[in-house]
Amino acid sequence: MPGTALTEYETHDYDVLVIGAGGAGMRAAIEASKTGATVGLACKSLLGKAHTVMAEGGMAAAMGNVWDEDNWQVHFRDTMRGGKMLNNWRMAQLHAQEAPERVYELEDWGALFDRTEDGRILQRDFGGHKYARLAHIGDRTGLELIRTLQHHTMHRQVEVHMEVKIVRLLKEGKRVVGAIGYRREQGTFIVLNAKAVILATGGAGKIYKFTSNSWEGTGDGHALALWAGADLIDMEFFQLHPTGMIWPPSARGLLVTEGVRGDGGVLRNSEGKRFMFDYISEFFRAETADTEAEGDRWYDDHVNNRRPPELLPRDEVARAINAEFKAGRGSPHGGVFLDIASRRSAEDIKRRLPSMYHQFKHLAGVDITSEAMEVGPTAHYIMGGIRVDAETQAATVPGLYAVGECSGGMHGANRLGGNSLSDLIVFGRRAGLAAAEYALGLAETPKTWGGQIAPIVAETLAPFGRDTGENPYTLHKELQEVMQSLVGIIRVSSEMQEALDKIADLKERAKNISIEGHVQYNAGWGEATDVAALLDVAECVTRAAYTRTESRGGHTRDDFPATDKTYWGTVNNSLHKVGDDITITQTPLPQMPAELQALFEEVKA
Amino acid sequence: MTELADRPTALPAATDKSDVQGTAEMRVWRGDGTTGQFVDYTVDVNEGEVVLDVIHRLQAEQAGDLAVRWNCKAGKCGSCSMEINGKPRLACMTRMETLPKGEQVTVAPMRAFPVIRDLVTDVSYNYEKMKSVPELKLAERKEGEVHRMAQEDISRLQEFHKCIECFMCQNVCHVIRDHDENKPAFAGPRVFLKYAELDMHPLSTQHGEKVAYDEGGLGYCNITKCCSEVCPEDIHITDNAIIPMKERIADRKFEPIVWLGDIRSARKDAKQQKKR
Ligand SMILES: Cc1cc2nc3c(=O)[nH]c(=O)nc-3n(C[C@H](O)[C@H](O)[C@H](O)COP(=O)(O)OP(=O)(O)OC[C@H]3O[C@@H](n4cnc5c(N)ncnc54)[C@H](O)[C@@H]3O)c2cc1C
Ligand code: SF4
Ligand code: SF4
Ligand code: FES
Repeated sequence: MPGTALTEYETHDYDVLVIGAGGAGMRAAIEASKTGATVGLACKSLLGKAHTVMAEGGMAAAMGNVWDEDNWQVHFRDTMRGGKMLNNWRMAQLHAQEAPERVYELEDWGALFDRTEDGRILQRDFGGHKYARLAHIGDRTGLELIRTLQHHTMHRQVEVHMEVKIVRLLKEGKRVVGAIGYRREQGTFIVLNAKAVILATGGAGKIYKFTSNSWEGTGDGHALALWAGADLIDMEFFQLHPTGMIWPPSARGLLVTEGVRGDGGVLRNSEGKRFMFDYISEFFRAETADTEAEGDRWYDDHVNNRRPPELLPRDEVARAINAEFKAGRGSPHGGVFLDIASRRSAEDIKRRLPSMYHQFKHLAGVDITSEAMEVGPTAHYIMGGIRVDAETQAATVPGLYAVGECSGGMHGANRLGGNSLSDLIVFGRRAGLAAAEYALGLAETPKTWGGQIAPIVAETLAPFGRDTGENPYTLHKELQEVMQSLVGIIRVSSEMQEALDKIADLKERAKNISIEGHVQYNAGWGEATDVAALLDVAECVTRAAYTRTESRGGHTRDDFPATDKTYWGTVNNSLHKVGDDITITQTPLPQMPAELQALFEEVKA
Repeated sequence: MTELADRPTALPAATDKSDVQGTAEMRVWRGDGTTGQFVDYTVDVNEGEVVLDVIHRLQAEQAGDLAVRWNCKAGKCGSCSMEINGKPRLACMTRMETLPKGEQVTVAPMRAFPVIRDLVTDVSYNYEKMKSVPELKLAERKEGEVHRMAQEDISRLQEFHKCIECFMCQNVCHVIRDHDENKPAFAGPRVFLKYAELDMHPLSTQHGEKVAYDEGGLGYCNITKCCSEVCPEDIHITDNAIIPMKERIADRKFEPIVWLGDIRSARKDAKQQKKR
């Protein structure tokens, strides 16, 4: 056993504790602190390094700066249609209505978006959005968001605990009353008592082998909530971004922003053909160009032309790429070609897509101003997450809130590009406000029962005590192979059953993880604590996918290729954990009011 | 929107490069804050791999507790700064094949910051110094109006906003690299970018150069440009942030009217504060 006094731990008390310092967590912390509540913020990396920093293309908000015709109703409609109507309508509505003001507020706090000719915020085209709607800064919008919020947080009353990994939420009866974790730098434990806890831990891409996510995307918040008795919904919906890097192997999965297609890039197969015209689904036929000429005209005139099929929602494009490759028309390393070199001048490419230029040059030795990129689908975004109330982001256990990628409902079966960054700031603000109001309104401070801490500490340290056992890296790798090959882009019942058996087996082996060395910044220890979360999240994804016997958005079944409107179009899968068992039930979708439903009638007419 | 480039639409093929395996000799610093030494490892390398890949392979196969900080593995978060063959680099953007063939690769933590473990350093100095920069206060946005700014007026500042906070510029600056004693008085190049913003933001109501001198120790900088040279984002820290601030200070020192103005506005500020 390593030589620190591990029975001791430091304690902090807050009205509101935020776990996660991506866009969602920081925005929540800022809002909570404005109410006068005391706020603690814990994150497992340094401040400003969260996964949000990688976001490239932009944040969607119907400001109408490029197209006057744009407004919240159109944005709402695009979002619901992109989500294959499975979204929580109220979240989609609030998101569309409040996003513009949240973007302007970022500007008040120092963010510098690219400008239109007349000095307003420039907006760019992205898949599934009818009008150019993404506020952006070249292709590094996430960095601008993170840095702006980071500096704003710095000057607020928010106590930040960096490089603290939370391993469990603390409870008192049914209520969540804080969290426990360890300081990665020292290896010592830390208890954070709070009247309200906001989870903002981001995604879970690391259950897959090829992913655009950073190491942090291990689904911790999903698991922490599940273990605390909260419900998860829509876990079968995992977005595969159609364009990830596929070569060199070490860069496989790294994102190639949709901005490349938004700015004119096209997908071609090994025969040089723009194959997307062969994959326009019935659902989007009326609004998609059917000739290359119309698609090309659209960039300059959105009103009289329909969008090119390269800009269909991500699930559609990912399936098409998969099919082309399977048909033997792929690129040498197992993808297809993304070509902007023949479409835009070198100067334009470097100016509008500097990070992409840089990324390919440095990592692949490819000059994207003269060569095509090789791309293929990569696990990118989990639509599923913690079930929350649309107005307050309250989870299904009292005292717990969830926001950002770890929450569910907003994006339905498929998220539109750009709708995540705006989701973070719209619902970050709402969660911060609601959690603070709840905390300040509590008559008494909930007490943490000290007895629950010792067993958690012992369990977290157990891998150090085993001289031999499983290597956590190996278990993680095996899980990724299982998910990649058996619960990937095209799913079938027999393979998912096999995956469930394998996950059960991995869970058994995970009880015997052994790690070496000291507790300071020990990556093996980090892996060991990640594995528990990864396995439960993977099981949730697989169970939900197995149960949903239809295809929709980010969930495609080989054995059930059709979309089932009458049953599966009306329910969400809801997951719950009791003891060691994860159970699944179906809950009805909230009913959309008639005036919003009318927006969809108009489209048909 | 830009014109479609006037070029042939034939598909340029991505160059085919097949994977080649080999091994590398790595010399990695192992130790905590008090003691440590270089440890030699022989490790597999695949074509296209970066130094961080090799470190990860060491962790998974030979040294499970080797400490390294990283996040994005895409050159976007600035976590993986270290000294590779004596030069500050991002480990995730340094391809193995760009290093001298057949020679040992030395990997050490950044020198200007205290070591926590192995390749991980305590960079809290940088976060503390950032707090010395006053919060940016922009001209108020009126109800129902939006800010207007011309692209050409913000491009310069957008360059500074590319900063990924890798702190490599801080690490190479000779004012603190081997002089811990200067740290209390010196904020460093990364932080100077933030001071400069107070002047350069088109809607700013503040000035940065005076606080940069008084609080940030800009006077210690003698424009060696080492910071600019090491910046992975190619930010011209010295030319575009530091020198303009130094020039403004120099101008002001020799212009009595400006000084008078400063005093007046300082008095005005003080009065206004009293009113509140
Ligand atoms: C390459 C890439 C490009 C993208 N581009 C876009 C885009 O252009 N537009 C768009 O809208 N979306 C984009 N997305 C999606 C979007 O970036 C993410 O969905 C979003 O940033 C998630 O933000 P978040 O605040 O929910 O979480 P994150 O930014 O992932 O932050 C999670 C935080 O939680 C902390 N944390 C996690 N677990 C723990 C734990 N156990 N203990 C303590 N702290 C913990 C982490 O340290 C981190 O601070 C992109 C995603 C990727 C990968
Ligand atoms: S130019 Fe100034 S800040 Fe930059 S490295 Fe030299 S002395 Fe340091
Ligand atoms: S200015 Fe450049 S070198 Fe300095 S921290 Fe920022 S990105 Fe790194
Ligand atoms: S890991 Fe993010 S910059 Fe290297």
